[in-house]
Amino acid sequence: MSIDSKKTLISPIFDNNPIALQILGICSALAVTSNLQTTAVMCLALTVVTAFSNLFVSLVRKQVPSSIRIIVQMIIIASLVIVVDQVLKAYAYGISKQLSVFVGLIITNCIVMGRAEAFAMKNPPWASFVDGVGNGLGYSVVLLAVGFFRELFGSGKLFGYEVLNLSTEGGWYIGNGMMLLPPSAFFLIGFFIWALRAAKTEQVEVEEFKITKNSTLREAL
Amino acid sequence: MANQDSTGKTLMVAFLLCIVCSVVVSAAAVILRPLQDANKDMDRKRNILLAAGLYDDARSIDDQFSAIQTRLVDLQTGQFSDEVAEGFDQRKAAKDPERSIALDTRADIAKISRRENQALVYIVESGGKVDKLILPVHGYGLWSTLYGFVALESDLNTVAGLGFYDHAETPGLGGEVDNPRWKALWPGKQVYRDGAVTLALAKGAVDPTAPGAAYQVDGLSGATLTGRGVTNLIQFWLGENGFAPFLDNFKRGEA
Repeated sequence: MSIDSKKTLISPIFDNNPIALQILGICSALAVTSNLQTTAVMCLALTVVTAFSNLFVSLVRKQVPSSIRIIVQMIIIASLVIVVDQVLKAYAYGISKQLSVFVGLIITNCIVMGRAEAFAMKNPPWASFVDGVGNGLGYSVVLLAVGFFRELFGSGKLFGYEVLNLSTEGGWYIGNGMMLLPPSAFFLIGFFIWALRAAKTEQVEVEEFKITKNSTLREAL
Repeated sequence: MANQDSTGKTLMVAFLLCIVCSVVVSAAAVILRPLQDANKDMDRKRNILLAAGLYDDARSIDDQFSAIQTRLVDLQTGQFSDEVAEGFDQRKAAKDPERSIALDTRADIAKISRRENQALVYIVESGGKVDKLILPVHGYGLWSTLYGFVALESDLNTVAGLGFYDHAETPGLGGEVDNPRWKALWPGKQVYRDGAVTLALAKGAVDPTAPGAAYQVDGLSGATLTGRGVTNLIQFWLGENGFAPFLDNFKRGEA
């Protein structure tokens, strides 16, 4: 692997993370992260779809008239998602039941579409494929982190194995009910972005405007 | 490339892409269909076994299910129907105006709006006698329709088990209907008192010494509305508009 494609693969994980920096694909990050098993399958599904949609979009990029290019990308992505959904239903029925509509909703995941339009339309197939894998991994890192905390503190388990003994099962740990609800993922992603930007200060956005005076206590007095 | 955006080229690309994608998608759907159907069937059988408390991880599901007889019941007459039970889709039947009846608001306590005319029941026999009877139930909880099974002992009054296989209630609150410790409270409870469905969820824990404790199951904390839904669906499906006529006939051996 050349230096370039290595960079394409690695940079979306922390330097240019689709969720943390580009704030794409939040919707499914909220919905499927209440336990790690579904999270892992979702990450895998999304990585596969992003990688292959990038590959196919890149393969046909020189033939696609610009007037219908978005539709072409959509069709390629939608077909891939349906295939992934069918495969899950056939080989991982239990998990596909839990993921229910969210596999189908990969179609509308901004990361897939965003990478197809921003990268695959302008780059050769191999680089696009690597970019897709990289962005899938970037998405996976955030999702797995969120899923880890939600499952551990919400239901006291990791991948379904008991870690903290829940009080409802006669143990000592009182499960944090909020962790099981989708909004908790917002807080966790917020913390993740905070940590990431504290470590990599170049990701901090320039303030677009200054808050006016008298809006803080000291200035008001 | 001037002709890249010409109408002919655009149509050509769109056409070819559609052909290729539809072939890929339909191939995947057709090739994987048998596996998916087998999975669905397996899942249903597993849930039936779970509700009856017969499920054993070590044995194959088909093997365990072979002891169970599937019959179609006409809910209006309360008689067994002679039609073949194989391939009958009860959920589809409930939506089909020809194979279901509309329920008026008063009768529709489980909030399902239509009730199918026929239902599948599962009979567990041992030594030529009925051991358990498993009935499908469904009804609205807080966010979603809960689908599940209720298993009755041979006296058709004692609950042998309860389980839901499809719902979208809040995890940790209403979703606790899946909690094995809660489900373990159901076996042994009584359904009918003087012919009326009395079994219901209590508010809070049930005092086992109180009169009528056999007709009550602990409520789920934080899940009042889901709990109400569970009570309603039990009362509906074991009541007059549900399986009660069939259970009467079955008890007398006239079904």
